[in-house]
Amino acid sequence: MRRFAQLYEALDRTTSTNEKVAALVAYLSSAPPEDAAWAVWFLTGRRLKRFLPSRLLAGWAMAEAGIPDWLFEESYASVGDLAETISLVLDGRGEEASAPELPLSRWMSERLLPVRGLPEEEQRREVTGWWRGLPRWETFVLNKLLTGELRVGVSQTLVERALARIAGVPQPTIAHRLMGAWEPTASFYEGLFSPGVEEEDSSRPYPFYLASPLEQPVEELGTREEWLVEWKWDGIRSQLLRRGGDVHLWSRGEELITERFPELVRAAASLLPDGVVLDGEILAWREGRPLPFAVLQRRIGRKKLTDKVLAEAPVVFVGYDLLEEGGKDVRERSLGERREALEGILERARPLFQISSRVDAPTWEEVARVREEARDRGVEGLILKRLGSPYRAGRRRGDWWKWKIDPFTLDAVLVYAQPGHGRRANLLTDYTFAVWSGGELVPVAKAYSGLTDEEIATLDAWIRRHTVQKFGPVRSVEPVQVFELAFEGIAASPRHKSGIAVRFPRIARWRTDKRPDQADTLEGIRRLLDVPGTAVASK
Amino acid sequence: MSPPLLRIDDHGLFCEAGGFHIDPWRPVERAVISHGHGDHARWGSQAYLGAEPSVPILRRRLSEARIEGVPFGETVRMGEVAVSFHPAGHILGSAQIRVERGGEVWVFSGDYKRQADPTCEAFEPVRCHTFITEATFALPIYRWDPTEEVAREVLAWWDANREAGRASVLFCYALGKAQRLLGELARLTDRAVFVHGSVEPLNECYRQAGAAMLPTRTVSETARGKSFAGELVLAPPSAGGSTWMRRFGDASTAFASGWMRVRGTRRRRGFDRGFVLSDHIDWPDLLRTIEETGAERVLTTHGYADALARYLRERGMAAGTLSTPFQGETED
Repeated sequence: MRRFAQLYEALDRTTSTNEKVAALVAYLSSAPPEDAAWAVWFLTGRRLKRFLPSRLLAGWAMAEAGIPDWLFEESYASVGDLAETISLVLDGRGEEASAPELPLSRWMSERLLPVRGLPEEEQRREVTGWWRGLPRWETFVLNKLLTGELRVGVSQTLVERALARIAGVPQPTIAHRLMGAWEPTASFYEGLFSPGVEEEDSSRPYPFYLASPLEQPVEELGTREEWLVEWKWDGIRSQLLRRGGDVHLWSRGEELITERFPELVRAAASLLPDGVVLDGEILAWREGRPLPFAVLQRRIGRKKLTDKVLAEAPVVFVGYDLLEEGGKDVRERSLGERREALEGILERARPLFQISSRVDAPTWEEVARVREEARDRGVEGLILKRLGSPYRAGRRRGDWWKWKIDPFTLDAVLVYAQPGHGRRANLLTDYTFAVWSGGELVPVAKAYSGLTDEEIATLDAWIRRHTVQKFGPVRSVEPVQVFELAFEGIAASPRHKSGIAVRFPRIARWRTDKRPDQADTLEGIRRLLDVPGTAVASK
Repeated sequence: MSPPLLRIDDHGLFCEAGGFHIDPWRPVERAVISHGHGDHARWGSQAYLGAEPSVPILRRRLSEARIEGVPFGETVRMGEVAVSFHPAGHILGSAQIRVERGGEVWVFSGDYKRQADPTCEAFEPVRCHTFITEATFALPIYRWDPTEEVAREVLAWWDANREAGRASVLFCYALGKAQRLLGELARLTDRAVFVHGSVEPLNECYRQAGAAMLPTRTVSETARGKSFAGELVLAPPSAGGSTWMRRFGDASTAFASGWMRVRGTRRRRGFDRGFVLSDHIDWPDLLRTIEETGAERVLTTHGYADALARYLRERGMAAGTLSTPFQGETED
């Protein structure tokens, strides 16, 4: 545990990517494999699910530190990180005769994992006992493991890079070996370093390739003929694996979502050939058109998939790409070839499987015009893919671009602010915005991003001087500052006072040129509910 | 009932019975000053009174003004009240201000800390009825490690950068923190340190007061093109991100401040390292000090004043907040 805590500290102390990789290499190449396995598991963003509720940890920490709950809350609002807040309020009580060091893997197998099933009082005794035996930084790292949010500024890519360097194999190989579900064991860890082609785990997906936003004029991409143009569908990006008779569906967030879509699984099992892996998008679909994303969400959100839910939210799998054919990795073939093979495969699995249709506009000018139709078609814009390119991994710029339609905007007044989390703790960066309705300001959106660090600092100082009232960490502020918010659509929502919910709101601009009375009205925004393509949910 | 001995008016903390303001934020006739930081010693008043050792610093800041000094512990009569200065341990010459009328004693803490500091007089608790205390870091998350440990961390960071052929740029306040660092480091090494132009004149004030510190050289007086690889440079935070920084080439940056106790603050500011070193009182020392003053009533100002007052009230003390524009330790 101490070594892992030191690794965490080394990673936390530098902003340099090279130094982070060096620290990872140093730890991973010298730690016992059973510890390194857990370290990789945590550092690649895996967490102990439904472990100890934060509420319990916070309660035990308050009692240990002898401080009232409101003071703990106030502290938490300043720190922005529960694991850290606990370690800070517990600091200075003096550790008990320093407990013998236990390696990370034994912390996991002998302490953290067994505590899961215990009654609450025993859990409390265990956890507070650990706190007493550890110095502040190790308490902090332990809490990070308990709360499951490691956030140490290390991406999966950096971990892959470090492992690839130790193993002497290409990074994509490591990336692939880390995909899907695996157990953090010594043998798994050692398997990462095997030189050859590994035995295939039939449920293991490939890393997704992600498009980058198009920022340059589209003509700069070269001739139109070199590119495949598709609609940018707004569904669940997924990978479907049909191997050894089994079907697995993975979301881009590396969640197994197989059980959520039984009809796709059945169709894939009977209609797709074995040994194929498809990249595509799951969409709620009716009469040749996508349904709003909110409809699809019902398939994910519901605990139990009743026949009613299945009927209300019918889905299709729109195929983008073919990654494996006949049990062979075909990602190195050109997109043109892969797509041709994909068309043949999907043809036999209609109508639940379809190919993502080609946008046939022959010139970039035409493409730009067609893009304007996106909203009417219920899509987010266009995706441009280089026909000669292999299927890459991650957000590598150059071969896939997303060219989204311009968002909707509205002008709203800042009415509440509260501190952010993590890097933004202590700064008021979580904002609530309101628009006018009958002479009153009604909150319509919360937004956290879109301002520069400099603007955030200026606004933070302004808010502190113009706070009207404080409710715990939330401040109501004088309704003076106007912001232009961008958003992707609106939905009627009885849960909100405004009666609407806006999708993906973010700050587009600080309108220092506008007075609050020039902000938009709720009535004006509600009109968007009737514009085709804007309404994202009907209930 | 007579009016309170000290109260806020639109110029500052006013003592009507004595005819003076403490650390006024607008010009007044007679100002009594706790210490030389800019949010406490402001320009424009007709006459200033401070603790004797703070006078050279006040003169630097207030230049032409009429400034008088009183030795620590000595009483001056002003109108109906007796005023005296007592060490606050914040920076050189920093004082708590004791005001007494007919047996009723108020103490204004100014900014203060209880940790040992080789460059200034140690804090002395003063018994009083009403204690006005700063609350910059009045949350239980703020607890300072022993200064010696922090100084060793700074040295280890400097050594590691020396080995890597990098400059070490340590941001800290020009008045107080810089000299404290130079004093603490002098116990561990004898290497010379480079300082920003705004730091050196204050070093002079400290040296004349007898503070033992590492030898310093001013960056601006160094020949053009000089390499700073392996050197330690002290600079105020405002110099960060300016063109002034370019001359150091590949440098590791750090900030010495109480705010560095919280990881998020350090990460947001983008420093490579944060050293938790503050000239303000931390939570445990704050509670201990309040107890030692024996005060019946506590008034809190700046920082987490609300939280501290509420906490004290819940423990049965009379406590409230005073609204002042003092900033304590700002993040910049």
